[in-house]
Amino acid sequence: MFRWMVSRDLTLAWRRRADVLSTLFFFVIVVSLFPLGIGPEMQLLRQIAPGVVWVAALLASMLSLGRLFANDYQDGTLEQMLITPQPVYLVVMAKVLAQWLVSEVPLVLMAPLLGIQFDLDGQTLFVLFISLLIGTPILSVIGSIGAGLTLGLRGGGVLIALLILPLYIPVLIFGAGAVDASIHGTSPAANLYLLGAVLAVSLVFAPWATSAALKISLE
Amino acid sequence: MDWSDFFSMGGYAFYVWGSYLVTLVAIGAEVIALVRRKKNLSRQLSRRVSSTGSDYR
Amino acid sequence: MNSQKTNLYRYASPAVFYPLAGKLIPWFAIPATILFIVGLYIGFFVAPTDFQQGEAYRIIFIHVPAAWMGMFLYVLMAFYAGIGWAFNARLSSMMASSIAITGAMFTFVSLATGAFWGKPTWGTWWVWDARMTSTLILLFLYIGFISLQAAIDDPKRADRAGAVLAIVGVINVPIIYYSVQWWNTLHQGATIRILGKPSIESRMLTAMLVMLAACWLYSIAVVLYRLRCIILEREQNAALVAEVSEAIA
Repeated sequence: MFRWMVSRDLTLAWRRRADVLSTLFFFVIVVSLFPLGIGPEMQLLRQIAPGVVWVAALLASMLSLGRLFANDYQDGTLEQMLITPQPVYLVVMAKVLAQWLVSEVPLVLMAPLLGIQFDLDGQTLFVLFISLLIGTPILSVIGSIGAGLTLGLRGGGVLIALLILPLYIPVLIFGAGAVDASIHGTSPAANLYLLGAVLAVSLVFAPWATSAALKISLE
Repeated sequence: MDWSDFFSMGGYAFYVWGSYLVTLVAIGAEVIALVRRKKNLSRQLSRRVSSTGSDYR
Repeated sequence: MNSQKTNLYRYASPAVFYPLAGKLIPWFAIPATILFIVGLYIGFFVAPTDFQQGEAYRIIFIHVPAAWMGMFLYVLMAFYAGIGWAFNARLSSMMASSIAITGAMFTFVSLATGAFWGKPTWGTWWVWDARMTSTLILLFLYIGFISLQAAIDDPKRADRAGAVLAIVGVINVPIIYYSVQWWNTLHQGATIRILGKPSIESRMLTAMLVMLAACWLYSIAVVLYRLRCIILEREQNAALVAEVSEAIA
């Protein structure tokens, strides 16, 4: 059942490839805006790279989260999913996994290429990749809480951002911090462990909050 | 009590009085907004009570 | 004994609590005003000049109580929202909605007074230290709660959605605070101490505590007043809906 839901979401996302690709392009464009706004001095760009890439990843995630439940909500499928004997927790996890595979993984794969634009060295690019690999699932699962709470509301993506971005701040701090440590030659391990801890905790607890949010929104 | 000394706050007058002024404005805004909200509500309610026949009938 | 219990539960009904709240408000508003005056008097005329910061430190008499209120009220808001959700207690949820705005106000005051304190003390209007940054994030959390409730028309859904958000927020606050501290120590060598001395002089402490008490009393008065407005608004909508459906039927 779980696998069926994931593959269903993946299939639906494939049919709407444009939506998915637009998130990726948004990520690329936003990252490229910063050097345009700040100046091409490589020394400076290298310093700001972790923050810039990570913030762009946060914002791109915000865009894709609006779609997490919206389509199923509109055609009534979501209500059906909640009525089934499947625990809502699993429904949430399935959709979050699909969203992560479809929207976040491209960002993770793209990020090292963007890191090259900021003259990051090989090891730092690897740390950037790892930090996003660990961090983006957290974005998906915590973001699902916001998506669940704002089902069918006007204000859509911006409202989700308002609710969820404060909760993302620890992820941003540890994720960008890991990359920053690598740039300065110190070990990124501490930041990455903390990031992993946040991932573990949020994977366990966030889907409960999302389930509650969905039930509340669908009453 | 040297009042000019007091008001100058050792040269920090702008900062000290500035912060208390900001506080006063914030608290004042909250209270005034609340009073206006209540007044509007009271007006709406009394209008509904006084109109014996409902417009929807 | 039994009748006493049922008597208390009566007040859980918004309609019954409304007049009680009205009677209580002056009992908090007037002492609040008095304590503000007393607190400011002690702070400005009794407390001595600070050795390191001169007269500028006197801002703490509003900055610190405001910061504490911002934090306490957020927890209180989450508590009432949670109770309202768990026990289906409308009044409790309305209380949470009422607290939100006052909490946000105090958090804003804390940030603004912090900036006014920062400029003469540390040279810049804004310092990205752990406490100020965490307070800023707290303001974002308040704004999120208020925005969410504003975006939902159905009061029941607004109450419950707010409860989920507030509880998630409250659980996250320690995590956010810890991560901001981590971030701050990594990026800055010097730690900034909010109070220049290890222990605070007793008259300064007295002034701060009196101001804190004043803020509490003010908050209760204002929250109760707003609660009455919320009760009126909701009952009004309910009555309007009933009226309309009655007319159509």
